[in-house]
Parts: sequence; structure tokens; C-alpha cells
Amino acid sequence: MGDKILMAHGSGGKLTHELIENNFLKLFHNSVLTKLDDSAVFDLCGKLAFTTDSYVVSPLFFPGGDAGKLAVCGTVNDLSMCGANPLYLSLAFIIEEGFAKVDLEKIVDSIHLAAMEANVEIVTGDTKVVNRGCADGLFINTSGIGLIPEGIDISGSNAKPGDKVIVSGTIGDHGIAVLSKREGLIFSTRLESDCAPLNGLASEMLKASRNVHCMRDPTRGGLATTLNELAQQSSVTICIEEDKIPVREEVFGACEMLGLEPWYIANEGKLIAIIPAEYASEILKAMRNHKYGKNAAIIGEVQAGYPGRVVMKTVLGTTRIMDMLVGDPLPRIC
Amino acid sequence: MKLVTEFRNSDMAKGLTAQIKNRSKRNARLMEFCGGHTVAIFRYGIRQFLPDTINMLSGPGCPICVTANADIDKAIALAQIPQIIITTFGDMMRVPGSYSTLQEAKANGSDVRIVYSTMDALKIAEDNPRKHVVFLGIGFETTAPTIAASILQAEENKLKNYHVLSLHKVCPPVIRALLNSGEVNLNGLICPGHVSAITGSHVWEFIARDYGIPCVISGFEPLDILQSIAMLVAQIEKGEAGVEIAYKRGVRSEGNLYALKLMEQVFEPSAAEWRGMGRIAGSGLKIGNNYSQFDAESMFKIKIKPPLEPKGCLCGDILRGVKTPADCKLFRTVCSPQSPVGPCMVSAEGTCSAYYQYGDK
Repeated sequence: MGDKILMAHGSGGKLTHELIENNFLKLFHNSVLTKLDDSAVFDLCGKLAFTTDSYVVSPLFFPGGDAGKLAVCGTVNDLSMCGANPLYLSLAFIIEEGFAKVDLEKIVDSIHLAAMEANVEIVTGDTKVVNRGCADGLFINTSGIGLIPEGIDISGSNAKPGDKVIVSGTIGDHGIAVLSKREGLIFSTRLESDCAPLNGLASEMLKASRNVHCMRDPTRGGLATTLNELAQQSSVTICIEEDKIPVREEVFGACEMLGLEPWYIANEGKLIAIIPAEYASEILKAMRNHKYGKNAAIIGEVQAGYPGRVVMKTVLGTTRIMDMLVGDPLPRIC
Repeated sequence: MKLVTEFRNSDMAKGLTAQIKNRSKRNARLMEFCGGHTVAIFRYGIRQFLPDTINMLSGPGCPICVTANADIDKAIALAQIPQIIITTFGDMMRVPGSYSTLQEAKANGSDVRIVYSTMDALKIAEDNPRKHVVFLGIGFETTAPTIAASILQAEENKLKNYHVLSLHKVCPPVIRALLNSGEVNLNGLICPGHVSAITGSHVWEFIARDYGIPCVISGFEPLDILQSIAMLVAQIEKGEAGVEIAYKRGVRSEGNLYALKLMEQVFEPSAAEWRGMGRIAGSGLKIGNNYSQFDAESMFKIKIKPPLEPKGCLCGDILRGVKTPADCKLFRTVCSPQSPVGPCMVSAEGTCSAYYQYGDK
């Protein structure tokens, strides 16, 4: 047995079957998948949420996680942000010829662990191998299906003036952890990615009160971009207080060094919730009792004002616009 | 990060604001030369603190913004030579030249890589001995020493495939040109902090001496800037003009002698083309004859078409402080950070980008 992925591992022949048997089926053992039919077949009844996402993170392994954990958490979180209970995931790999098998095993292991934590089942999958140079190591796609309990209506267009804006914890941890290991920019930090499934936290929040207007996970583009999306979708102004935003010292420091602002840095285990003022403290309390919401904080509120605008009250007490991220966050020149 | 947060203290900001308001009687036009200061002023809403007597103007201190189109065209032309790998700081990727951007060149197959320091560019040269690696040397006195150091390092490592396209500029001559033009009637100048950390404070003395304009060298935190404005107001109200350092934790009057020596060893002064200001004698740094093998311009034949300026773009006027982004018809209509027409909208330190991102005040 070689230690690299070969083109034949994606050909559909014997090696593909071996790979599926030895690397995937052993871990992802459930009655739907093990039938090995062309589609996953299962019963579901109720309002469904359905989402898909592709994961092309570089480097594949970073402090606090890897592409596999990310591929599960990202899709689980997208379902959770609509108030759905995530149930089933698909899992597709596009692997570059020559990829180390041991790395694939590590990634599959962490997919398994993340799926266990999130209590979701991987019920269908696909593996393709492309010629060397045609992909960057490994790309993963996951799609997910979840059920939305009755009485829950969460959408980016539901924010109303007077609502409170809550963030579930420190922002920018994932982006800075990944950046710290990226080629050409290696700096030493103890910081780890916050990559985590948020369905547990979301369900605790909804247990405390179903009156959640909006929920969204601020991934690429960070807090600022997500707040802008919500302000635009709901045609409201969102006013944020800079000194209320939880930011770890390490993230703050790295951002200072690189000329970036933490609210443009990606997160993979945080959520923003917009909640009517009268339910905010109840929900905040529930969040702080959950391991992924310990540092949750109210960071601002929704106002009528200019539709689609996010305004930040600075640490000095002045105000300024908090715009969306444009392009990639790049370090400054001088 | 105590050193940072202490300089963002809201009570102290209020104290400095009160001091400025109490002392400022005469109308004063103050320019912050440096794009880093412009961004900090907008990011912290510092203009909201200032009394009506004080009018802040943004200056030409953004290295990307002042790079002439012809020079950007040269970089793109180099990128199109098959055996060349272009290495650059990230901001340059999206800056429009006359006909294209580096980002577009990359999409069309050129090998253009973003690096975070010149040492990364050297490493790429080491790893690719069959290719020529060209670093785009854009920046002021702050950046030039590190690029000089990379050339010396390449020489020591006998690296023959590392070259620099030197588009460096130095700041004092452009300020002199700006003041000589008579277009901006300044009462005070906030001098660049990081440039001064290299050059020292003495290089600004001609401004106070020859033009009677008070100068204060400022750091980049909001309290630094407020303190610098307070010091400028004090000089203006007393009718004095001198060079003061508000950024004592970063700047010594003699500057960084080691960095200056590196620059002197590798570069020699030359004329340089500034966007909006034309050719200014002695305002550029070209690679000296002893190091010509590292000079991309002398190593490669760069052919460019006659440069074009985008129609209606006011970047040149904005860089001279005679117009603001609000005067530009393209601002927020055609020109935005998503589809920038001029460089002041691209660079993180550009005036248009600061106005766009943080609001007009």
C-alpha cells in the first residue's frame, strides 16, 4: 500500500472501493450510508433547511482545527443559523494526486469527531482525484439538511429598531490563527481557531426564547461584513460600540501589527444574534452558560436611521461608518 | 497591548480636545502629510472633536497613491515577461495602471506573488533559481531601508536572480514642491511619524524656517494626533514656527543612522514622477551603480505604451490637498473600493478609501 493518493483512487475501481471501505465507512457508520445506494434515502417531516459550502482553506491544518473540522462545522452552523436542527450531511472530496494518505486520514478523523459532537450523520459522499497541479491538496464540499422546529422564524431581514445585537464570543480568532501559519507570514502565537459546531448553542438560545429575529455566523468578512449584510437585508441601521466587542489580546496585537481591524477577520465558531430588547438578557444568560458562548456580549442595537448602514461608536466616543470588507484583508505597506 | 490602548483613552482625548478648543482662536488649515494619519483621523472620528477654527487637509503621504501610472505600467510589463516572478506588497495588486492591474496580469497567467517582507521575496528567489524575482520597491523612507537590506543580503548570498524595481520616493522634496506651488495655504503640518523615525526631525526644519509653518511629528494613535494638533495650535496662537516631536517614543532628532546608512549605500537620489505633482528633482531613490545587477530597470528592457490618466479622476488634486473626495464626481458613483478608478481608492492609506470607508467626518 502506497502512502499517496493516486489517480486510481478516484477512478471508481478497486482502489476507490478500498479507500471508501478503509477510510470512510469505518468511521461514518450509519444505516443510511452503509446501504451504499446511489442516494441516501431517509424520512423527514416538517420545515427543512438545506445548505452547501466548499472548503478550500490553506493551510489544511491550523491551530485549533483542520479543513475536515471546518467542513462539518461550517455547514452545521449555516443550518443552525436558520434555527434548524442539523441532521444529515453529504461529504465530497476533490483530492490532488499525490496527496499524503496520512493527512487524508487525519482530516477524516476530525470530520468524524466534529460530526459526533454536532450529532449529525454523514449519509452520502463522493471522492474525486485530479491530476497534480489541478487542485491545492484537498478541497471538501459538504451539504447539510436540518429540520426547523415549529414557531421559529429567523431571517436576516427580521431585525427591528430597538433590537439588541449580541455576539457569542471573541472575534477574529480563526482568521488570525490561520494567517499565523500561512506561507510567508509565520508568526508565533498560542491562539487557536474557534472552529466549532454552534447547533448546541443555538438550540440553548432558542430554548431560552424563540424570539430570535436574526442569527448569522460571521465567517469570511468578519463581524463587520455580516452586520452590513443584516443591516441591508432588514433596511435598518446597526449601531455598534467598539469597546463592547470582545477581542482577545493576541488577536488585537496581531491586527495592530498587520494593520487590520479584528471585525474584518474570519470566525468559524461565533454567531451574531439580533434579539428584541426584552428577551436579550434571558438569551445572553443562556449563551453564557454554554461552552461556546461564555464571552457572549451585547455589542450594540438596531436603529431606524439610514437603511443598510452600520455605525460604530469608537473608543473615543466619536462615530464612524463600519463598512463591509473589500477584497482580501492585506497587510499594510508602510 | 497596553502601549496601544493607553493611546486610545477617551478621557484623555476629551482633555486634549478641550485644550485645543480653548486655545484655538485663529482659523488654521492643518495638513496631515501621511496617509497613515489620514486613516487614523477617520477611523477614530477625530475631525468630530475639532473646533470650527481648524480645517484638516489630507496630504500626499500615501506611497501607492503617488506612484505614477507609467510606473505601475512598468511593473505590469515586467510581470508579463515569462521568466519573471513579481513579488509585491498586497496593496499594489489592485491599483489601476493605464491599461490593466497586476491582479489582471496574474489572472492572465503572470506569476505575481504577495509577500509580507523583502526577505520573503529573497526566499522565493532562492527557491526558484531558474526564474528572475523582481520585488516592487514602492514606499517612502520607511520602506527603502528594508529593501536596501534585501539587496545587500542578495549580494552576500550571491543571489543573481533577485532584482528590485525601485519606485521609492523621499518626502521632504515633495513637501517643498507643494509649498512652492502656492496652491495650499497651510498654517501647520503634521509630519509623518514613521518616515521621521528613519530621517529624524531635522529634515523638516526648512518648512518652519523658510515657510514659517509650524511642524509637529505625530504618532498614529488618536491621542498622538490630538496632542500634535494641540501643539500646532499652541505654536500658531503664539505666532511661532518650529519642528516639534510629539512621537518621542518613535522618533529621535537624528533619525535611525543605521537605516540611513543602508539607504545611502544602495540608493542614490534621482528625479521621480509623482501622481498629481509631476516630476520632482531629488525626490526619488534609484539603485546605485555598484548594485545595478539588482536593478530591474537596467536588467530588463521594459517597454510601455504612453500612460493614460483615468478621465474625471481627481486623485492628483486630492493628493495635493486642493480637492477632497467629495469634490470628485466619480466618488461613490463610479469609483468605490470594489471598482476603484484611482489609486487613492485602492490603498488602505488612500484619502478616498478613508472617506469611503469611515464616512466624511
